Amino acid sequence: MRIMAQVCMVMNLDKCIGCHTCSVTCKQTWTNRPGTEYVYFNNVETKPGLGYPRRYEDQDLWKGGWKLDRRGRLTLRGGSRLRRLLTIFYNPDLPTIEDYHDPFTYDYARLITAPAGTAAPSVQAHSTLTGRAMVPRWGTNWEDDLAGAPERAGQDPNLVKLGEAVKLSFEQVFMFYLPRICEHCLNPSCVASCPSGAMYKREEDGIVLVDQNRCRGWRFCVSGCPYKKVYFNHRTGKAEKCTLCFPRIEAGLPTVCSETCVGRLRYLGLVLYDADAVLAAAATKDPQDLYEAQLSVFLDPEDPTVRAEALAAGIPHDWVEAARRSPAYALIARHRVALPLHPEYRTMPMVWYVPPLSPMADMVGGPGGGEDADAVFGAIDALRIPVEYLANLFTAGKVEPVRQALRRLALVRAFMRSRQLGLTPSADPRTVGMEAADVEDLFRLIAIARYEDRYVVPPAHAEDAGRLLAQHSLSGCSLESEGGPGMGGWGLPVATRGDDGRTHLRVLEGRR
Amino acid sequence: MSGLLASGGLSGVSGGDLFWWVILPYAALLTFVIGHIWRYQYDQFGWTSRSTELQERRALKWGSPLFHYGAFAAIGGHILGILIPESVTQAVGIPETFYRTFSAIAGTIAAVAVIIGVLILAGRRLLVPRVRATTSPVDWVALILLAIIIGLGIAETIGVGLLGNHYNYRVSISPWFRSLFTGSPDVRAAIKAPLLFQVHAVVAWVLIGVWPFSRLVHAWSYPYFYLWRPFIVYRRRVATRPNEPGTSGRRWRRIGTPY
Ligand code: SF4
Ligand code: SF4
Repeated sequence: MRIMAQVCMVMNLDKCIGCHTCSVTCKQTWTNRPGTEYVYFNNVETKPGLGYPRRYEDQDLWKGGWKLDRRGRLTLRGGSRLRRLLTIFYNPDLPTIEDYHDPFTYDYARLITAPAGTAAPSVQAHSTLTGRAMVPRWGTNWEDDLAGAPERAGQDPNLVKLGEAVKLSFEQVFMFYLPRICEHCLNPSCVASCPSGAMYKREEDGIVLVDQNRCRGWRFCVSGCPYKKVYFNHRTGKAEKCTLCFPRIEAGLPTVCSETCVGRLRYLGLVLYDADAVLAAAATKDPQDLYEAQLSVFLDPEDPTVRAEALAAGIPHDWVEAARRSPAYALIARHRVALPLHPEYRTMPMVWYVPPLSPMADMVGGPGGGEDADAVFGAIDALRIPVEYLANLFTAGKVEPVRQALRRLALVRAFMRSRQLGLTPSADPRTVGMEAADVEDLFRLIAIARYEDRYVVPPAHAEDAGRLLAQHSLSGCSLESEGGPGMGGWGLPVATRGDDGRTHLRVLEGRR
Repeated sequence: MSGLLASGGLSGVSGGDLFWWVILPYAALLTFVIGHIWRYQYDQFGWTSRSTELQERRALKWGSPLFHYGAFAAIGGHILGILIPESVTQAVGIPETFYRTFSAIAGTIAAVAVIIGVLILAGRRLLVPRVRATTSPVDWVALILLAIIIGLGIAETIGVGLLGNHYNYRVSISPWFRSLFTGSPDVRAAIKAPLLFQVHAVVAWVLIGVWPFSRLVHAWSYPYFYLWRPFIVYRRRVATRPNEPGTSGRRWRRIGTPY
């Protein structure tokens, strides 16, 4: 047994309102530089939908992640090491900018400087790749809120599996948002695909990073990641990916996307796992067993022998204690309401999702409904389409874990509602395999969801501070990009006194 | 130096010849070595193939493999033709006529691959706006030099070697090239060569000098060790000092700065 600690994220999809605040704050922090215009370390997709980049979930097309070979051994879906070295001059599985979108900006100064006239000034989109005028035809959120779904959503790889008949009725009844970051996988195929050895998983916290100094721009990480969460910076010629905001994590702070999430739906905590068991679990034969297999790799921090082993393996005491309070471990393993995204890619993803119950509750009780637990239970059992769709996302198509998670969520609503109204609870927790105490704990985590309960991130160790400093200085100041707040030149904005006697700050003119 | 001149037999060689056949090659070699050491020390972040596959892949699919594999073959041919003396190939029993036919045919195949590849690549670099926008001035310099070298090389292999009356560069250019590394440059041998070969050699030296400052450095990073490396790489946070200011360890370029 080789115990390692991993910073793990859980997102409660019930609460995501699709506001994209997480994407925007992430972008402002990490990818507001030239070359990364099209890069979204965090993006939010409407489901059903094609996602970003388009149809990234179709691994027959993109060849991301792992598969089992004829003898049942794990191999990269993108082919052997030799094939990768021989196709290094042209990677056949790489998405192009068209599969993301041609990034564009507007000539905003025009709006301000246009001469007075009767017509409202309008601005032309300009490609940030070429600087030329262009007409946007696709974008990161082109299909937000099912825009264009009647034409395109049917191509969603998760829907395709459901068969023709259900496709159309799906969009009419069901929609939710799926925020995505890098999964910081336990068995990362991006790392395995990088011929330069520039990508690595940090031993301390499991964060997967690209060493910018060793990356040579061979692009196999991009095609190797089934979630398409490594991006190619077209200016620097290097790969970049979600860093799980490691400078913040090291300081014991939640990531920017978590901190700014309007729905307060993200959780961060440690999960202890047995690194020696990862490969065997990832090689589980039946994809539908991969969810259980990954659960079996996680270690229970309440088990004293696990704690002793963890300390012996060099994991600091406060980290082991933090693992006991981890909301991620509680939602994943104790309450089993969080599920992994596409375990069938065999990368052992470490961002898990509490599936959305609200669409189903709304269906039986109207918006905000779902008070009648029996009706919701009935819906969960009867509604084939949403449950099977969710199962295609989270359990390689196995519906039982999804039903179980949804039933538990429904029970928490009904049970706590009747308790707070002083009614006798109509629903018995034991019907879904829980005790009253479990219900209360789950209620505390997902309904009250206080800041201290959502984020249990132990800081990196103080004795490491000097070493960490070196890494921090590498990220540079992200405010210093064009148009960013750091670009006003030196000193304060110029203040002038106008004709009207008021003081004007020249903030819009930027650097001269 | 005087010993070098005497031993090389440089008497009666004009200053111009001295520049083209002695000073330029040594200057280029020096720049090549020192340039690479400097770049490797100070600009790891800039050391990349700077692929444009993200921007355009349909033409790259054919152009890039043809060019790269053709270039490998061409490099192999140069090693055979320039580094290995005629006397050695003869001593191991390869007759001159066989060598000629072989080098003309193999060279022509490589040349055709390279020329088609380079035409596709140059075409897309010039005509696809997204690709063109990523090209920095030093890239243009390296690309133009490469185009000249390839054009002349093809004229030599196909025009002279295959179709024309074969010219035996192995008695002029090759001895001169090897003599550069023994410290006694044989300038007379180089002067004898036809202009076509001379220009090819001179432009090649210029390219060697430009190499460490261009994207061509990615050639030294072909990751063959991937074949025996473990799949998953773990790293501990290691003690490193921040880079000294002004030595580009890992810097994001500011907007508006050329590549
Ligand atoms: S999700 Fe992240 S860690 Fe997993 S394969 Fe993709 S880039 Fe690598
Ligand atoms: S900020 Fe939160 S609620 Fe808004 S889109 Fe992102 S994950 Fe959803």
